[in-house]
Amino acid sequence: MIRVVLPSHLRTLAQAGLEVRLEIEGSVTQSAVLDALETRYPMLRGTIRDHGTRRRRPLLRFFACGEDLSHARHDARLPEAVASGAEPFIIVGAIAGG
Amino acid sequence: MSGVRVLVGTRKGAFVLTSDGTRASWKISGPHFAGWEIFHMKGSPADPERLYASQSSAWFGQVMQRSNDGGETWEAVGNDFGYAGETGTHQWYDGTPRPWEFKRVWHLEPSLSDPDVVYAGIEDAALFRSSDGGRSWAELAGLRRHGSGPRWQPGAGGMCLHTILLDPGNPQRIFVAISAAGAFRSDDAGETWRPINRGLRSEHIPEPTAEVGHCVHRLAAHRSRPNVLFMQKHWDVMRSDDAGDSWREISGNLPSDFGFPIEVHAHEPDTVYVVPLKSDAERFPPDGRLRVYRSRTGGQEWEALSDGLPQRDCYVIVLRDAMAVDALEPCGVYFGTTGGQLYASADAGNHWSAITRDLPPILSVEAQTLP
Repeated sequence: MIRVVLPSHLRTLAQAGLEVRLEIEGSVTQSAVLDALETRYPMLRGTIRDHGTRRRRPLLRFFACGEDLSHARHDARLPEAVASGAEPFIIVGAIAGG
Repeated sequence: MSGVRVLVGTRKGAFVLTSDGTRASWKISGPHFAGWEIFHMKGSPADPERLYASQSSAWFGQVMQRSNDGGETWEAVGNDFGYAGETGTHQWYDGTPRPWEFKRVWHLEPSLSDPDVVYAGIEDAALFRSSDGGRSWAELAGLRRHGSGPRWQPGAGGMCLHTILLDPGNPQRIFVAISAAGAFRSDDAGETWRPINRGLRSEHIPEPTAEVGHCVHRLAAHRSRPNVLFMQKHWDVMRSDDAGDSWREISGNLPSDFGFPIEVHAHEPDTVYVVPLKSDAERFPPDGRLRVYRSRTGGQEWEALSDGLPQRDCYVIVLRDAMAVDALEPCGVYFGTTGGQLYASADAGNHWSAITRDLPPILSVEAQTLP
């Protein structure tokens, strides 16, 4: 069971709670987590990564286990604590606005 | 005609306002999509309960929303606006080529006859169409590919396709306008396009009468007379009597011919409204007085409408999609300001009052006349 923490606007859009739980078969990578998230919540497609390039949107970051994983390879395995569900994969929006 | 619904898009959410035919008191629902920019919302003429909304955020990009119950509930639909084929380039501000890149949906225009068909005008400028109620979108790529696309440049607000007019008498004919490329027309339902900018003169481009490059801010037409187009250009208010083949200036006695919105009375095809700003360098109402100008002669002769509007120390503006009319009798006129005031007139502009004064900055206003 993978735990994913969404920023507030995406929780509202997905009509989900602070944390969503996803089952992932096979290797737990950034791509696998986002694929599973978008399959469960199709309305999130395009809001975290670009439809075409699959790149992370520039004002979002991915954190886990006290590390910034935003620039890690999409196909790199996430920390074991994320894969085991001990720690969440956190999607964070930049602090800005007016 | 029993009532009216006004759809207001703001920098921080959407609001739906309803009133009966007297338009004396209003119920305000919202914010919907709180915290998101709502560039535009519009209802289907074929089914007024079907609404579409463009929801956008610098963080999370574009989301499209659809309602089947007049804005009570919403569902997110498709938001994949992939350009068709080779993306190509347009000109950047400095004249260098820059690949087209989707940024947001500026304007939604539902079909006049089918609630599931809707057009979307996007930035970077292109026209998309959905025939499944917004679930999927396909570019009408003939617009970008007709030849002048690589020469288009963004205006200060971005290179947006902000106006889509559908001809009620001819389903093959579509007009669009792009800032800062100009106006374009298709006579084959969006397959092929041609620029319709003859007669426009823009001093901010090297060749002031060029085929493209004009910063058209808005087009409007009366549904009974679709060959007559009105245009608020960056500077100049213009009119065409031949579906855009040629244009003539109708700024006449306006205090300034710079502005954004232009709208036509629902029952009088020669009654036109604009909201002049002092200049492009000083984008305020002239003299700090908020005045709508109305022409009842199809342009050239304009009268100031100020009863009920602030006549001192007013420095808000009205954006291009933030003015609308209803089809009640007498015609209602509505506009929203960057200061969050939503003004309404239930007598074609003679008298105004604020329905509400403290919304977030208003990006768009549409009025639906309900049966």
